[in-house]
Amino acid sequence: MKVGQRLRSAVCATNVVVVRAADVTLSCGGTPVVEKLDGEPSGDLAAGHDGGTQLGKRYTHAASGLEVMCVAGGAGALSVDGEVLELKAAKSLPASD
Amino acid sequence: MLLTMAVELDPDRVAVTSGDEHLTYGDLLERSLAVGELLRNDGAEHVGLLDLNTSAFPVALFGAAAAGLPLAPLNYRLADDKLTEAIGRLSPIALFRGEGVASVVDVGDRDVVRATGDLLTATRAASADAEPELVDSESPAVLLFTSGTTGTPKIAVLRHRHLFSYVMSTVEFGHAGSEEAIMVSVPNYHIAGISSVLGSIFGGRRIVQLPSFTPESWVATAARERVTHAMVVPTMLGRILDVLEATGETLPALRHLSYGGGRMPIEVVERAVRMLPHVDFVNAYGLTETSSTVTILGPDDHRDAMASEDPAVRRRLGSVGRPVPSIELEIRGVDGTVVASGEIGEVYVRGEQVSGEYTSHSVVDADGWYATRDQGHQDHDGFLYLRGRADDVIVRGGENISPEEVEDVLTAHPRVRAAAVVGVPDVDWGERVEAVVVIDGELDDLESELVARVRAELRSTRVPVAFHVRDELPFNETGKLLRRAVRAELSEKAGVA
Repeated sequence: MKVGQRLRSAVCATNVVVVRAADVTLSCGGTPVVEKLDGEPSGDLAAGHDGGTQLGKRYTHAASGLEVMCVAGGAGALSVDGEVLELKAAKSLPASD
Repeated sequence: MLLTMAVELDPDRVAVTSGDEHLTYGDLLERSLAVGELLRNDGAEHVGLLDLNTSAFPVALFGAAAAGLPLAPLNYRLADDKLTEAIGRLSPIALFRGEGVASVVDVGDRDVVRATGDLLTATRAASADAEPELVDSESPAVLLFTSGTTGTPKIAVLRHRHLFSYVMSTVEFGHAGSEEAIMVSVPNYHIAGISSVLGSIFGGRRIVQLPSFTPESWVATAARERVTHAMVVPTMLGRILDVLEATGETLPALRHLSYGGGRMPIEVVERAVRMLPHVDFVNAYGLTETSSTVTILGPDDHRDAMASEDPAVRRRLGSVGRPVPSIELEIRGVDGTVVASGEIGEVYVRGEQVSGEYTSHSVVDADGWYATRDQGHQDHDGFLYLRGRADDVIVRGGENISPEEVEDVLTAHPRVRAAAVVGVPDVDWGERVEAVVVIDGELDDLESELVARVRAELRSTRVPVAFHVRDELPFNETGKLLRRAVRAELSEKAGVA
């Protein structure tokens, strides 16, 4: 996993880009995300992993420091080791350039 | 990718305005993908742009990314032979040349020259992929020539992951209101001209391109386009305020003005805050090698400083603020250890956005720290004060003297409009302190007054032993004082160089 890398959900339309990398397995809808997906996403969302993702929002995993940004929203929720990631509050800096 | 997201938000929103021309996010994406195709067919390894700020720039930037090639925006103010040399270093290159640029350049057999018009009329083959692959985040996105006041300019490399990290850590996606518009008047070969475009696209703020800066056109465009945000370099702001004063324009739509790229006199900041009370001011410090901003003095910092009776707080108007959350910053002494607050040393930064890399070599150490070559100190609250380039420090008889410290004392005199202090080679001292000043009236008795001021406020070793009067000082176009040029001239005269 590295900064700027795009990861896709195997079970829903969610796509994320890594903002802060960590040595963990990221899942979406309860199934590990993939770099390349052959065909359309398929399969069911696991119970409790159906909260969805929103375009442009960031999600973090406090324990590992992982941070990703959603570049395409979907029905599945992001998780690491079964723990659903938190939505990071928006905090814009004053524009400097 | 930043662009693709913005398109998903609202493809019909206007992304870029240049004169009477408007490009929506949808247009911009379509053209960028088409330019990507065009570039892949050219077989070039680099993309060059030689143009004023027009709507061609964002298309070139995203088009080069779509082709997986780095974009090198070139300084059209360079002499033709220097430009030809720069282009030669990037061969094979696909060079886009704007109509507003008069430069005559030679290119090699493997290079392709196109008009920037091609960027705006390119169309995609019908068979093209709906969703192109993302470029590798390790690949170079932008190549920028450093100003290179001595020797051959270096080419700084900014990879996609550096720019991505910068935008991610400073801008919230799609947060801009639909009425917001930012004017980009900093040239596209300057890092702020690039980061401004990237951040605005991601934030969803309309970009108004000012092709070439004059204070009159800046004010007229700001008023006509109801510009809400803008970034200027120090030399621009004073001239803009002069125009506002002369025309009575108050720019009611303007909310946010950031400045950086060089040293801003406190007097100009105070005048700006007084003349534009409805505007938030932001001072930013950053370098090409750090993908722009690393510290910010925000709107509240400006207000607190203006309102404060405490000299330590008041002084912050002359600070570049505190590090942004994604940046670590240290001040280190000559022995490489971190100095106490208040002590001057070299500014080191670390963070995902920091490249510190050139085409020839990287200057980031094993732990990721980048030495900026800027001198400065931090106060107890972490506010950073810059004290000039490490290369400009004067070493007189073993004592390190910051030229800016002496310049500040000189320019505080009402008759001194500008001052440059440099070290001139000296047989006894290694270097001696000399000053070049732009003054009202004659030097005569002013010299003894200035000597007395420096002696009283600093110490006798810092008193310039010679004052030279000039009509103006050499600045580069982004407002940086070229002390090296002053030193070269005085050293030659001294005959010891």
